[in-house]
Amino acid sequence: MKYLKNVASLEVDIDACTGCGVCIEVCPHNVLAVEKRKVVILDKDRCMECGACAGNCAFGALRVDKGVGCAAALINSIISGGEPSCDCSGSNKSACC
Amino acid sequence: MAELKFIKPELNKRTSACCGPAESMLQYANESSVSASLPVLKKNRKAYVTGSLMTDTGAVPVISTDITRSDYWEHVKCRASAFRNTYTIDPGLYAVGSPDKNSDVLVSANYKLSFDALRKALKGISAWILALDTKGINVWCAAGKGTFGTDELIRRISITKLDKVVSHRKIIVPQLGAPGISAHKVLKASGFRVCYGPVRAEDIGPYIASEYMATGEMRTVTFPFIDRLILTPMEINPAMKKYYPWFALITLAVFGLQPGGIFFRGALFGGLPFLLLGLISIFAGALVTPALLPFIPFRSFAVKGWITGMLLVIFSAGFAEIFNQVNTILLIFTYLFFPLASSYIALQFTGSTTFTGMSGVKKELRIGIPLYIGGLILSGLLLSAYKLQQWGVL
Ligand code: SF4
Ligand code: SF4
Repeated sequence: MKYLKNVASLEVDIDACTGCGVCIEVCPHNVLAVEKRKVVILDKDRCMECGACAGNCAFGALRVDKGVGCAAALINSIISGGEPSCDCSGSNKSACC
Repeated sequence: MAELKFIKPELNKRTSACCGPAESMLQYANESSVSASLPVLKKNRKAYVTGSLMTDTGAVPVISTDITRSDYWEHVKCRASAFRNTYTIDPGLYAVGSPDKNSDVLVSANYKLSFDALRKALKGISAWILALDTKGINVWCAAGKGTFGTDELIRRISITKLDKVVSHRKIIVPQLGAPGISAHKVLKASGFRVCYGPVRAEDIGPYIASEYMATGEMRTVTFPFIDRLILTPMEINPAMKKYYPWFALITLAVFGLQPGGIFFRGALFGGLPFLLLGLISIFAGALVTPALLPFIPFRSFAVKGWITGMLLVIFSAGFAEIFNQVNTILLIFTYLFFPLASSYIALQFTGSTTFTGMSGVKKELRIGIPLYIGGLILSGLLLSAYKLQQWGVL
């Protein structure tokens, strides 16, 4: 299953990448690979912007707008003006269990 | 109980792709004071705690790998209710089997469902479980929020004096926790090397057995039918509570309000088909769309929900012949309002999926919200027009 085309904010800084492969290990959707000791994006449409790759790249070679892909959270943040957060526990909209 | 010792000490010393050999053995200070930071062995002991294990830093609760009937009942209640705050465990260190200084440390959340999945998967394995304080939220969501995060992990390692409990310097973090963790920062601050384990708890056994090599499959998140179905009560509940009462109230008012006053009969007979259609659109958006997700065309959840809603409205309207004598304005209202409601409700399911990203949902909302608001206003106008027509004004 893939979500919308061409929207993911994933970006790669090839020069900073050392080809260590950590990002490949953490990505839950098999978005990344290392070819010729550099990271490549296999399929950007599979990226769900979880931020695992960017957070675990010790060399800062990846950038992604990490955030919750949750309509309720985003609508709440528009209404309240706050940061979108998947507030599962407090409100009655429970996105994840 | 003599547990099968699955993890041989020497296993930890082998090099693997993600984790080097355990670092040099530490000298053990032989303090045996019970640390207050360890999960308290309360008098009203939890059913899953079977005993305690003395370590250099104090007593650690030993937990069972059996999921009892009361655990399962809790799972069901937890899935069905919106208030899952009570399904937590105390954060801290736990023992499974009879772990020693060389045993693996597996990190989890203090959410009962995550914790149960892990301990169930550890049958026959001796290991430590480090439960982080994620405020009772599962690993995946907590990692997104940051409560399952670098800081909490470092803090919990130091509170539980993990460096004195085990001699190696490696912790296994579920891969779904990776969005909250920066492995290199944890290493720097605590000396512990983070290894990302498989996505699903049930793969933990094979992962450990294969010397900490996760296959591509173990690393990939899927979203099968059953998982999607399990999450639908989460969608139906809020829709029924938040929107349906308002909808029902307005519907009954519209049909009950007659030139000669408020009529209960009118409200019931005129309104009933619409009350049912309201339920059908919730059913379409919150249950049918998630369940049939991959089979409904288009990638947008709003579009998927609209299609399902439209099909179900057409089907049920035709089937029940509700609209045989219904007037044109109400017909337009029906085909405008109910598919849109289904679409909106389906869009909410993005919060439960494992593959929708924020940029995509933002895009859907940018286009969707004006349409929803427009549709709602138009629906209101149509209902007013219907009333005016009925009263002979139009
Ligand atoms: S983690 Fe960073 S440095 Fe390592 S392969 Fe990925 S992008 Fe390159
Ligand atoms: S943000 Fe998440 S899904 Fe996207 S490439 Fe990185 S790890 Fe993979």
